[in-house]
Amino acid sequence: MKKFLIAILLAPVLAFASGVELHLDHAPDRSGDKAALQNGAKIFVNYCLNCHSASYMRYSRLKDIGLTEQQIKDNLLFTADKVGEPMSVAMRRAEAKQWFGVAPPDLTIIARARSSEFGSGADWLYTYLRTFYRDESRPTGWNNKVFANVGMPHVLWELQGEQIMGEDHELTLAKPGKLKPEAYDDTVADLVGFLQYMGEPVAETRKSLGWIVLLFLGVLLVLTYALKREYWKDVH
Amino acid sequence: MSGHLKSLLGWVDERFPLTANWKAHLSEYYAPKNFNFWYFFGSLALLVLVLQIVTGIFLVMHFKPDASLNAAGVPVAFASVEYIMRDVPWGWLIRYMHSTGASAFFIVVYMHMFRGMLYGSYRKPRELVWIFGMLIFLCLMAEAFFGYLLPWGQMSYWGAQVIVNLFSAIPFVGPDLSLWIRGDYVVGDATLNRFFAFHVIAVPLVLLGLVAAHILALHEVGSNNPDGIEIKKKKNAQGIPLDGIPFHPYYTVKDIVGVVVFLMVFTVIVFFTPEVGGYFLEYNNFFPANPLQTPPHIAPVWYFTPFYSILRAVTYPLFGIDAKFWGVVAMGASTLIFAFLPWLDRSPVKSIRYRGPIYKTFLAAFVICFFILGYLGVLPPTPARTLVSQICSVIYFAFFLLMPVYSRIDKCKPEPDRVTSSSHGVHK
Repeated sequence: MKKFLIAILLAPVLAFASGVELHLDHAPDRSGDKAALQNGAKIFVNYCLNCHSASYMRYSRLKDIGLTEQQIKDNLLFTADKVGEPMSVAMRRAEAKQWFGVAPPDLTIIARARSSEFGSGADWLYTYLRTFYRDESRPTGWNNKVFANVGMPHVLWELQGEQIMGEDHELTLAKPGKLKPEAYDDTVADLVGFLQYMGEPVAETRKSLGWIVLLFLGVLLVLTYALKREYWKDVH
Repeated sequence: MSGHLKSLLGWVDERFPLTANWKAHLSEYYAPKNFNFWYFFGSLALLVLVLQIVTGIFLVMHFKPDASLNAAGVPVAFASVEYIMRDVPWGWLIRYMHSTGASAFFIVVYMHMFRGMLYGSYRKPRELVWIFGMLIFLCLMAEAFFGYLLPWGQMSYWGAQVIVNLFSAIPFVGPDLSLWIRGDYVVGDATLNRFFAFHVIAVPLVLLGLVAAHILALHEVGSNNPDGIEIKKKKNAQGIPLDGIPFHPYYTVKDIVGVVVFLMVFTVIVFFTPEVGGYFLEYNNFFPANPLQTPPHIAPVWYFTPFYSILRAVTYPLFGIDAKFWGVVAMGASTLIFAFLPWLDRSPVKSIRYRGPIYKTFLAAFVICFFILGYLGVLPPTPARTLVSQICSVIYFAFFLLMPVYSRIDKCKPEPDRVTSSSHGVHK
């Protein structure tokens, strides 16, 4: 029986050793960094929001990251008239589908959806936005290392420049862009930080509230335990 | 109590058995004094039930069971969940409490069931307590299954598709049956609406009735205890069990401590890690349901995975019927077989404390297999994994089916006359 139990205990080790690995770079943490998140919002509105909506997110919510209503109106409000409106896109879905083969997905919670056992959603996005490369066999002329045969062209190519994939599957910068590689990585990190914030705007509040609730319960635990001990003194 | 209140109580008692019920179920319900850690989970299950109902009511106020696409091309149901997460004041908290509560429900119920298995709580005269409990467990699985479709994410959609399709494996009536359940040829708006009705009305009603029956049956026969002996056999002159203490105030104050500890764990999850690494909220479910795009890997939520593994472990056809059908039968049997424990167990003692080595070994093997099956259920199958889940499934069923034999021949220790340990778990 014992041998049998050991065999059962060891079997999973064999059973679980398989599967495809997806290597993701670790996205720098931008949570709580308002300047970085504002920069990310700017890039998002300028580069992403033309095709991708963020339809669960209202412009007015951007006050979370330290912007005033006037700043939002003046700098970010391109696709709506009022700050209370969601970040939608003007492009019609049917047309978008014709152009790209698939309608660009809503990006509000993309950072949550892209999480996997290989890394956080932010890691996925950070890697994805930095691994576009030239591929003339694709209709857009672009391909991606993390998202093979992606429908989206490299929208940030102006900033990053053009990468090509070598025989060894490594990417090299063939034509530099406006930004140096480190500056580009930094910019993408800001954008990804913003996407992560947008995925769950309440996340920071939630965590800080958690400590207060735990503190309350901690005090309650002491009191209730004392009450229990008092009552149970006469049980032997 | 003031005179006015007393006369009001008297007025009520002449018309409704308020004091009588208070006494029968709380202040004069005598519970064994030696309950240990494992006995917290019954009251915790009740707490989670209330949490789910209260948070559920507030979610229903804002959720829209509608699979049609909104202007942004997102299903209305999916968008309404995000609306709750963002625009409804404290909606995120209510939603996370509900989603965490679903998993918490299964954790406390699995612990509660395991307690019953440890101490033989299903044995005579508590067979009906156990059967009502098993019906609650089945309802809970139905409730979780129906509820999981509602956010209308990719896993909601394809999980429901897979499970409803299982019914089509039943010979002759299967395809029509699954069509009848879905209300459409694919999972769609009709399915979403009926699952919503089941989730918020039908199943909770049955669940509440069963919980009442479970508690009434328990209070009729009295609680078991970690020693597995009947405290009612030794009573004092007033007819009160010598080892019994009134449920209220002793166990109410004790259970409140358990509730606070539970809430602390619950808080850590809700406020710091509501997704629990994709186990409580699956990442893929943050993509809206897309009927045209099957995810590469469809995994049920963790609490179904042991049974799901058993389903997948059956890979050969029998009597000319598909393996899939026998998988469904095995999965169904794996959840229903618990109900037969009162008659499968032939041991002269109830509690694990006095059982022999054979039962302990079988129980340990069963628990290990349950965990392995649960873990394999979240992973995509490979030949090696299927083999492991087949071995574990055999042990899972062997635990039950061989029990009439091994529980009888096992070398048991003699049971004591009186309960042996204090409430603090210290053996004397």
